[in-house]
Amino acid sequence: MNPEVIREYLPLYKEAFILTLRTGWIGILLAFAIGILVAFAIHFRVPVLSKIASVYVELFRNTPLLVQLFFIYFALPKIGLSIPAETCGAVGLGLLGGSYMAEGIRSGLDAVPVSQEESALALGLTKRQLFTYVVFPEAMSISIPAIVANVIFLLKETSVFSAISLMDLMFTAKDLIGLYYDTTEALVLLVVFYIIMLLPVSILGSIIEKRVRLRTLGG
Amino acid sequence: METILEIKNISKRYDDITVFEKISLTVKRGEVVVIVGPSGCGKSTLLRCINSLEDIQEGEILLDGVVINPTSKDLSQVREKIGMVFQSYDLFPHLTILQNLMLAPLKVKKADKKETKKEALELLDRVGLLSKKDSYPRQLSGGQKQRVAIVRALMMHPEILLFDEITAALDPEMVKEVLDVVLSLAREGRTMVIVTHEMQFARAAADRMVFIDGATIVEEGDAKEFFDDPKTDRLRKFLRSFSYD
Amino acid sequence: MGFEVLAKGNNAMRLLEGLGVAMRISLISVVISIVLGVILGVLVELKRPFIMAFFRVYLEIVRIMPQMVLLFIVYFGTTKALGLNLSAEAASIIVFSFWGAAEMADLVRGALGGIPVIQYESAASLGLTRIQTYRYVIVPQIVRRMIPLSINLITRMIKTTSLVMMIGIVEVLKVGQQIIEANRKSSPNAAFGIFATVFLLYFLACWPISQLAKYLEKKWEN
Repeated sequence: MNPEVIREYLPLYKEAFILTLRTGWIGILLAFAIGILVAFAIHFRVPVLSKIASVYVELFRNTPLLVQLFFIYFALPKIGLSIPAETCGAVGLGLLGGSYMAEGIRSGLDAVPVSQEESALALGLTKRQLFTYVVFPEAMSISIPAIVANVIFLLKETSVFSAISLMDLMFTAKDLIGLYYDTTEALVLLVVFYIIMLLPVSILGSIIEKRVRLRTLGG
Repeated sequence: METILEIKNISKRYDDITVFEKISLTVKRGEVVVIVGPSGCGKSTLLRCINSLEDIQEGEILLDGVVINPTSKDLSQVREKIGMVFQSYDLFPHLTILQNLMLAPLKVKKADKKETKKEALELLDRVGLLSKKDSYPRQLSGGQKQRVAIVRALMMHPEILLFDEITAALDPEMVKEVLDVVLSLAREGRTMVIVTHEMQFARAAADRMVFIDGATIVEEGDAKEFFDDPKTDRLRKFLRSFSYD
Repeated sequence: MGFEVLAKGNNAMRLLEGLGVAMRISLISVVISIVLGVILGVLVELKRPFIMAFFRVYLEIVRIMPQMVLLFIVYFGTTKALGLNLSAEAASIIVFSFWGAAEMADLVRGALGGIPVIQYESAASLGLTRIQTYRYVIVPQIVRRMIPLSINLITRMIKTTSLVMMIGIVEVLKVGQQIIEANRKSSPNAAFGIFATVFLLYFLACWPISQLAKYLEKKWEN
């Protein structure tokens, strides 16, 4: 490995890292928002909307992000909907992630025992208060492991952004390998930056998961 | 009457905790022995030792005059003779009720399939669960599962039955349906060792009572005497904890 | 809308063949993953410290490294490091199996650990030998827990195969791009028709499989 080469490549990777991280996290926030709305629509069986939501979840859970991105980036402009690459990346990730988040949050909502609701109602809470203060917080804490797993999954999925010519980490690595054949350096930097991006989330995830499990055990 | 089970001076320890110390007990053919005692006195562990699910540090256990321990080569043959039912009606969840009953006779005893099925159905009928033969365990109530677990043990024609707090996890209204089955087995002259907290039942079923406390047998004797005229203070105190007057 | 290119020549057939390549890679990888994963999962359940430590590191690598990065490392890295010219398809099978085996092993370990001790004990007290206990009581329960999850792994494999176009394998997306390129003049809107079709093809390949997994999971839950 040549430290000279590493020093030379580092700024390029830094820039790509920031772009990947930014697009990734915007996508994740979007996914979370979509996930909550969709989970509500399905859990509360909102007429029409719940059907649409279910179709959306099945469609996006059963197709690869790469194909979704190609569709949004290359196909939609043909019917007059042009979206810049970075927005496209975030939206694609948001749509994919939304379907996964929805499943996680919905099963959390479904898992809150009815007895909880009944005891809250018996205390005189209104339905709305019941949902805001009891059901929703409990559902979210049940869903946390799934949500964390989805965040990690989505951060990993950012690696396909390069396919729609976003200058992300993968793009930079591939570019440098193609241009200068400094394969080792390019790959090492790629791995290092993905570790920086994902290891903290992974560790944090394990800690949160342990806490949640303890809390449920403590009942 | 001949002796079936002989427990000689056995001790059980986990690291530095003594579960019981130098316990001896003999069970004769056709006898129903009921063991009672405060929670954590080691009565369940005693049953598990008899079945070699736990090892012992001292003493020996003989079944029909043959020593049994967890390292016995023919452990599986010994266990065939000992039927055990646990607190958590642990049926095999992936098998139907009938399959649960037939698995061990067919695989362990290589019994005839037709005969085994006939017997299983008869026994199921006897405990009132014939209609459940093709159900899965999850479709049954706790009391029903426990009755199936008893039948499953009977299918092996055991010489002795061990019941480990088999009603402890049940709703009160289901306790009786399970204990009725056990009582009818007692009347049939089956040899049984029962650990329970149900004093009424103990009184009705037991030929002999054993009271374990503080890692040893404190008192044992004839059921009527045991309840009506306890000899030790500890037993009197223990029995009082079950009444409200 | 660009769907007309599908009718031209053997374009539709070529797309399906592309999907076939993706399916082939994922099926081979799934089979390897299951075999390696079951062996590793059982080894981990033995709870030897060395194996446990190795497994934790392995699992963490798979957990945080994008498959795409692994593909690059194996495809470009091995050529460089070992002077070995690995075909793109071999590289992708290696990567997918590496990933799948870790997941399977974790599932096997979880399923083995999830069987209550009392199941072993009650089988033993009925006189079943150790081997009989595994054969008739434990393994069937594990298989039931594992099958839906393994089927899910297949759909995830199929979806992930879309990545292999990035290292030059001609699968369904790549075929799609080629068709769009070739018909740039005659069907300028081909991108819409083709990518919509590819989207649908992936959905049709994965959806029935994930429905099957869901159905089995429901059916076998205890």
